[in-house]
Amino acid sequence: MAQSRAHPFMPNSAAAGKAALLGELGLTGTEPLFAQIPAAHRLQALPDLPPALTSEVELSRHLNALLDRNRPAGDGLSFLGGGIWQHHVPAVVDEIVGRAEFLTPVWGTPSSDFGRNQVWWEFTSQLGALLGMELVGLPVYSWGAAAGHAFRMAARLTGRTRIILPAAISPERLAVITGYAHSADPAMRLELVAAPCDAAGRLDLAAVAALADANTAAIYYENPAYLGGLETGAAELAAIAARAGAETIAGIDPLSLGVIAPPGELGVDIAVGTIQTLGVHMHAGGGLGGFIATRDEARYAAEYPTLLNSLTTTVDGQLAFGLMLFHQSSYGSRELGKDWTGNSTYLWAVAAATYMALLGPAGFAEIGHLILARTRFAAETLAGLPGVKVAGTGGQFRELLLDFSASGRSVAAINRALLDRHGIFGGIEITPNRALFAFTECHSEADIMALADALREVLS
Amino acid sequence: MSLRRYHAARWDEPLIHQIGASGRRGQHFPLTNSEGLVPAGLQRTSPPDLPELSEPEVLNHFLRLSQETMGMIGVSLFGTCTMKYNPRVGEQAARRLAGVHPAQPAETMQGLLAAVHGLDLMLRGLSGMDRFTFQAAGGADAAWTQAVITRAFHAARGQGQQRTKIITSLQSHPCNPATAATAGFEVITLPLGENGYPSLDMLKAALGPDTAALMINNPDDMGVYNPEIMEWVRLVKQAGALAFYDHANFNGVMTKIRARDLGFDACMFMLHKTFGVSKGGGGPAVGAYGCTAELAPFMPGPLVVEDSGAYRLETPPQQAAKVREYLGNLQQVFKAYAWTRAMGAEGLAEASDLSVLLNNYMEKRLLTLRGVTRSHAEQTSPRLEMTRYSLGTLFEDTGVSAVDVQNRMADFGIDAFWLSHEPWIVPQPFTPEAGEMWSREDIDYWIDVLAHVINEAYRDPDVVRSAPHNQVVAKLSDRDINDPGNWATTWAAWQRKMA
Repeated sequence: MAQSRAHPFMPNSAAAGKAALLGELGLTGTEPLFAQIPAAHRLQALPDLPPALTSEVELSRHLNALLDRNRPAGDGLSFLGGGIWQHHVPAVVDEIVGRAEFLTPVWGTPSSDFGRNQVWWEFTSQLGALLGMELVGLPVYSWGAAAGHAFRMAARLTGRTRIILPAAISPERLAVITGYAHSADPAMRLELVAAPCDAAGRLDLAAVAALADANTAAIYYENPAYLGGLETGAAELAAIAARAGAETIAGIDPLSLGVIAPPGELGVDIAVGTIQTLGVHMHAGGGLGGFIATRDEARYAAEYPTLLNSLTTTVDGQLAFGLMLFHQSSYGSRELGKDWTGNSTYLWAVAAATYMALLGPAGFAEIGHLILARTRFAAETLAGLPGVKVAGTGGQFRELLLDFSASGRSVAAINRALLDRHGIFGGIEITPNRALFAFTECHSEADIMALADALREVLS
Repeated sequence: MSLRRYHAARWDEPLIHQIGASGRRGQHFPLTNSEGLVPAGLQRTSPPDLPELSEPEVLNHFLRLSQETMGMIGVSLFGTCTMKYNPRVGEQAARRLAGVHPAQPAETMQGLLAAVHGLDLMLRGLSGMDRFTFQAAGGADAAWTQAVITRAFHAARGQGQQRTKIITSLQSHPCNPATAATAGFEVITLPLGENGYPSLDMLKAALGPDTAALMINNPDDMGVYNPEIMEWVRLVKQAGALAFYDHANFNGVMTKIRARDLGFDACMFMLHKTFGVSKGGGGPAVGAYGCTAELAPFMPGPLVVEDSGAYRLETPPQQAAKVREYLGNLQQVFKAYAWTRAMGAEGLAEASDLSVLLNNYMEKRLLTLRGVTRSHAEQTSPRLEMTRYSLGTLFEDTGVSAVDVQNRMADFGIDAFWLSHEPWIVPQPFTPEAGEMWSREDIDYWIDVLAHVINEAYRDPDVVRSAPHNQVVAKLSDRDINDPGNWATTWAAWQRKMA
């Protein structure tokens, strides 16, 4: 008689206790409490759901049987990247994000949430230090969401609608951006203009300069670019934007900023990017998080859609944290607010704060050097393989575009064989003959040589 | 009942930039030579101003900050967010998804896709909709999904230029009007009638050939159910517009009503509220968006499809736009699957019954407290899982505000109640949501604390106005952090402005 047992998640489902509660209201059943709902609206029978697994032992076995049917790329040798990457997550980060105080609540008072608000502030503080930018919002859903919001910020700041962005961009990210740029009102639509890129994803500066017209709200570049190239034109792109009266928006992976010049020193007005690389597992795509940062100027602050967590003081002079410019959020002003906000990826701010504190300046420099070195080692090792050409060169961070055209084999066939015969997850398919392979601190030189050996066998 | 002698942990933990010492390290990576690998002009020339800490210092710093956070260890009845137990078995199992890359071949994540599809099927059963996507990374993102699909749906029918307005009510969550406006629609907000919901006449006056959609919640955040909702939906569809059901307040009506049966074209459930997924302090979250077969071609993809026991991914033919990269926060979808399997249909019905029962039990006790009133006195039927109260009388009598009461209750281990979304329609609003996770003793304790604080307010209002006293820190000063000279979201800004 399972139904006579109290459910483990519901203390008041014990029969006697429930009857006593009903008794307090003079009732013997709950039905009168639903009197507001007309009978014609009511479902007459319970929906047909699978039987309940109320015992944890059964549920756990069921869940683990499902999980056994997965083969997580990160558990083996994988070169998948392209917008979400396998990076090392320090054990301390896992412990902190697993703390119930951070994991399960949503919102309290400024005093009872004090510790979490401090962590959030340490997230924006440390991220700001990496970026060289002094104003940083609480996180948004993803890099794509951050870029979409930033483009809309630029349009409001300039009163213009053209956004110039690299043709080589993550299709996932672009699909999100497209939604933010489109509008039911034709006058409010952002015009996304794709500028040509080289094989490493770097923008063609002359082409960008030619496209930057009097209606250009922003020039957007990524560093590192989608295809792994470091954007050597960063300073020139900011100059082109400045001449056109447009905003410079850069998409950044902050993990690179121990070795790469920060956007704050490259003339960037609005920096956006991912926080997944700062201590968040891939979680099948659920590890994404994004950020928006700018110079600390009122005109930029006034356009943030995110919540902004400021340092302030208590009545007795202690440091504390409060939300600034809340009135401009959708919570404060509904449709008159700046875009919208809501639940976001705030737990990943906790992860990233912990991660940045663990690495410190020396850790960021070391991991940056390591990823650069691994990428170069991969480029050198793979370039020697028959039928493989490393398409992007000249300063690559983490990712390489491999061109298999000369092999006569498709990326799909190569990846199929890598997985089936060698247990290796190959790179993201960019075209039928080209794939983007990611190399991180999680790969040793031996791993990269194992990939080379496997590719040699597959392509032979 | 005697109140707990609670006191928050107070570590006086410095800011991270204020601790550590030069040369300390929290993580090593293999040393390599990368000389010459960064192109000229792109090298970082000065190290970032990050703290230098050893691993145990970092661990202890953040552990102390976790202790300086009450979280769900206290009692939180934060209304509209459906504070709920997050089963640890789901949290534990979902860790095995940490290493899954979303671009892995479908054949290597069949178990995950089976759970996604399984939850899709269960939500279809609970809503009557034909298909769900889990791409939206929160409730607001699900409202955005609706706005984006509305845009694409009307454009595909050649009515994109014509249908420019989205109708909502004053009691809808702000994300509904805000996402509609972001998508380029004009927003029409219906005021409330005396029963707590807009009248049919108000809706009729707003509807026209320019209406693109209705975005509405029901019950609303006051626990009021609009009994005319089926007629609303009929009129909206008759006008050629779409009807979207924001099911943020599903907890009180699970298994009682289904969005599709009421005529809606689409609905959304919040897995981080109603379906037992951890909230993370505000995400990662999931707004599960379900719709009819007519709208399904416009859904953001890819979606999971089952073919005789095997699962694959398929992108809808007229996908409007994506609302998040990849398939969404799938580890959270997996946790929701686990929770829903643990509950079953009977468990869901029981949870709704209990959440409504406990709300009405609370209401009976709360309305005996001096200075507490309920919104919409004309609405005499029992409220569903929430009730909107007002401390307006208390404020007039004592000068103690709802925020003061929140702060003082925190002194006893009770975290903030929800006040109200903007705009406030009663003075000094407060909105607890009992839900099904808290025991009767927890609920009674919550009410006892409020009763105690109200007594204090009448007896010695300064004790309440100056609260909290037992918390990590005292209440915030009135320092104007909307002033650019004062605000600081980073250590660098703070140092510069304090200099």
